Amino acid sequence: MSGFTRGFLGRRKPSDPRLPPGQYDTGRSWPVLTAEVTPKLDTAEWTFGIDGLVEQPVSWTWDEIHALGADTYRGDIHCVTTWSKLDMTFTGISVDTLLAIAKPQPSATHVLATCHTGYTTNLPLADVTGGKAWVAWEVDGAPLPREHGGPARLLVPHLYFWKSAKWVSGLRVLDHDEPGFWEERGYHDRGDPWLEQRYQGD
Amino acid sequence: MIDDAGPEVPAVGPWQAGTVVDIRTETPRVKTLRIALPVAAPHLAGQHFLVRLTAPDGYTAQRSYSVASPPDGTAEIELTIERLTDGEVSGFLHDELVVGDALEVRGPIGGWFVWSGTTPALLVGGGSGVVPLVAMLRLARRTPNQALAHLVVSVRTPEDLIYASEMSGPDVTVIHTRTQPPDGPRPAGRIAVDDLAPFVRPDATTFICGSTGFAEAASNLLVDAGVATPTIRVERFGPTG
Repeated sequence: MSGFTRGFLGRRKPSDPRLPPGQYDTGRSWPVLTAEVTPKLDTAEWTFGIDGLVEQPVSWTWDEIHALGADTYRGDIHCVTTWSKLDMTFTGISVDTLLAIAKPQPSATHVLATCHTGYTTNLPLADVTGGKAWVAWEVDGAPLPREHGGPARLLVPHLYFWKSAKWVSGLRVLDHDEPGFWEERGYHDRGDPWLEQRYQGD
Repeated sequence: MIDDAGPEVPAVGPWQAGTVVDIRTETPRVKTLRIALPVAAPHLAGQHFLVRLTAPDGYTAQRSYSVASPPDGTAEIELTIERLTDGEVSGFLHDELVVGDALEVRGPIGGWFVWSGTTPALLVGGGSGVVPLVAMLRLARRTPNQALAHLVVSVRTPEDLIYASEMSGPDVTVIHTRTQPPDGPRPAGRIAVDDLAPFVRPDATTFICGSTGFAEAASNLLVDAGVATPTIRVERFGPTG
């Protein structure tokens, strides 16, 4: 539609260059949007694995993955439902560190993130390497709450947040793109908020 | 684990300039807009649409609203809007929008929280979380086997009940958490396992919609009542103004 909405002026705030198009700052609140019952996952039984097209399939326990070190992401997150949350701090382990151990084969192009609930989401390998993705277990200095994906979630903050799978259980390395849970239901395969890639065809 | 069964999901349509053809006041904080679309965008019960407002200088604000009308083969949809305190979009829709206005919408969206109308369903809603469930209830009431769906809706007071004229009959249970009506069958209080257990059946899909607090409480109660986690589908309402 080329026209504007009669009578609407909007309450724009001073424009914040950190907000992608169509997003607003949710402030202190952190909305919870999930499709399934929040699982109760015991870290004593928790695992994270990498399989598929790798030289060395690996599975880490909670203690083993923590022993690999800790990395921090400071910045913003963007949900496809149009809220963004600015200035967050997440702690976890870089996916680069994990993939360096599993060693993707040369034919690898994508990953499918899998979760303890059965949720899945697909990502190009290039979007989870080069310091762009983490398995995160702390937010703003505290353990990641269950409703936000605790004990650990995938964190891919440069893409819409449905890609940052809650309750993540692993990455399956593939030589093709394979739509995940929301991607099979009309959501975009990549989900770049700066390009407003919300739905298939955007 | 997520149970993968479900109806075929229609593609998300393009943005369209709809026309507001009716506005109904449901409660002091809730209105329903009936919108005629230039091109029909058939939805499944439970799906939502985006509404986008554009200012003269190009500034836009968009929000998602559940469709309250059942799939009916027309090019019209009904969206129910709760007015949120200081809500930029909901405030505009309540205070400025009039019948005849153009309103830009896009949908249908959401392929998980949907019901085909052919299998048993238990619908559990809190407050304005009842909206997508009412689309399902209305669909159920149009099918030959009206007993397929049962709605349990939780509201604070009788005045907060949306679609009140339709919220009676053997397929609806209304729970009041703060104030019960004079003839109320149960004392006011939070939803409990006894409110849900009579309607649990092993072959049903359960749809829960409400605030995060309500959705968590209701899912825990349903699991306590014997509902299998994979058969529960949840939609949580965030504070989006």
